[in-house]
Amino acid sequence: MEQKTKINAEEGKQELMITREFDLPVELLFKAHAEPELLEQWMSNPYATAKAVKFEAKKHGSYQLESIDANGKVAFKSNGTFHEFIPNKKITRTFEMENAPMGVQLEIYEFEKLTDNTSKLNMHVIFESTAIRDELLKMPFAQGLSMAHNRIQEILNKLK
Amino acid sequence: MNLRRDVFQAIADPTRRAILLLVASQSMTAGAIAANFDTARPTVSKHLQILTECELLQQEQNGREIYYLTNAKNMKEIAEFIEPFRKMWDDRFNKLETIMKKYKSK
Repeated sequence: MEQKTKINAEEGKQELMITREFDLPVELLFKAHAEPELLEQWMSNPYATAKAVKFEAKKHGSYQLESIDANGKVAFKSNGTFHEFIPNKKITRTFEMENAPMGVQLEIYEFEKLTDNTSKLNMHVIFESTAIRDELLKMPFAQGLSMAHNRIQEILNKLK
Repeated sequence: MNLRRDVFQAIADPTRRAILLLVASQSMTAGAIAANFDTARPTVSKHLQILTECELLQQEQNGREIYYLTNAKNMKEIAEFIEPFRKMWDDRFNKLETIMKKYKSK
């Protein structure tokens, strides 16, 4: 099966590209990135709920997000500023994970109309260094591992 | 004489992939790694040897113990290493698509 979401992270570069085609009109794809209630929904997963504490969707506007774990605790906070906010076309923003040694990243989202009912997102993310980019790429790898360990632990606990 | 090893040969084996996953989060001794598998210890040693020859793992002497850790430089050449990151975004975007399709039909 062809992969819908593609990641391009070239060796030795401090940037990455994420591209994805959607079975949605470009207006709806953009809306999902522009309205905090919608963003919260798709950024949440069974382990963490995303909350937009602040979301000023405009040039010079800023945003603050929180990720809340299953126990209701804030797992991490992030924030950034919008530099460009062009409806149905482009969002340029900074992103910073608070209390993490990841620096600030620059994110450029380009929304492209393919047909009336399909669209494409090009997400260009630039990091402070190659090392930081590689750390970020590794994070879900390490999390996946610790989640697998937790599941093993849960199963073992049940056997006790 | 050993055949020249390459990284793709190294990750072709599921046990070796599991070892890489295990060591990715922290450096470990051969004994600690072997404790995670039902496989016989010499088999695990053989896998460690192959992974080291391919330079996916490196050894670090710490007192009497030898610890294995991943060689990040070579690890990132492997698409599978990025796969969990890709999967995370793919899951998010699938969700976005589902939510917005419902939104549309409202």
